[in-house]
Amino acid sequence: MTLGVVVFPGSNCDRDVQWAAQGCLGIETRFLWHEERDLSGLEAVVIPGGFSYGDYLRCGAIARFAPVLQEVATFAERGGRVLGICNGFQVLTEMGLLPGALTRNEKLHFLCEPARLRVEPGACAWLQGYASGEEVTFPIAHGEGRYQIDPDQLQALEDRGQVVLRYSRNPNGSVGDVAGLTNRAGNVLGLMPHPERACDPTTGGIDGRRLLASLLG
Amino acid sequence: MLVSLRPSVLDPAGEATRAAAARLGVEGVTRLRIGKAVEVELEAPDAASARERLELLSDRLFANPVIEDWSLELADPAPEA
Repeated sequence: MTLGVVVFPGSNCDRDVQWAAQGCLGIETRFLWHEERDLSGLEAVVIPGGFSYGDYLRCGAIARFAPVLQEVATFAERGGRVLGICNGFQVLTEMGLLPGALTRNEKLHFLCEPARLRVEPGACAWLQGYASGEEVTFPIAHGEGRYQIDPDQLQALEDRGQVVLRYSRNPNGSVGDVAGLTNRAGNVLGLMPHPERACDPTTGGIDGRRLLASLLG
Repeated sequence: MLVSLRPSVLDPAGEATRAAAARLGVEGVTRLRIGKAVEVELEAPDAASARERLELLSDRLFANPVIEDWSLELADPAPEA
């Protein structure tokens, strides 16, 4: 099992993901520079948090055109496992792999705190280690995490069980308390909270471990 | 090219600025929305093809149609050098 971790200029959680996956769980990781096109040998790809290309224009808007992401899109279409965390979630929506958009937090503050989340794993491959309705704590750290989508489309996502992570106490004004979404097939997951920062007991909790450990089958 | 948040999308930065307008002592500001402007210089054989390229740029790069609307304004072409 080898996990690819995309690195853009401005990524800052790439090494956190590596530590969580490789350091804590023994999952081999390989960094994928944004200009790289070779995903051979990878079973899964993480698009980590940070500020890709400075998040100029809109969060994730420029990253979407990165060569590595053209390959990640194909990888996802073929059923490859893709995880977008924070900025990575923003990138996935800009790419169109997940619907909706992430906008400025309702109260404008950059939020950096633990968040309680309710998990509804449904068909999401990344969340099969969690029970339906289980509550977990992952840290959040974002200024633009307010999920936005038309009410009709939100309802459609709810009906199909794609809203797999919800805030127990909505911190940013996201519609439907959405903290994380999966695609229809369940192989792509995007979430604003940081599971990789909840893997090492020294950082306060290990609720995120099972998410990455799902790669170990 | 002007990008604005769609009317249904909350604009917290606009709301904060509207509150500041009141603190400045300017009364009567009932709506304030913040967008962005993109100035582009483009070489194209004619106005129609320039518009076509700018529309593509606006729709696929400058604005995210999920949350934003955009409008274009074409200035007179630069005179031949």
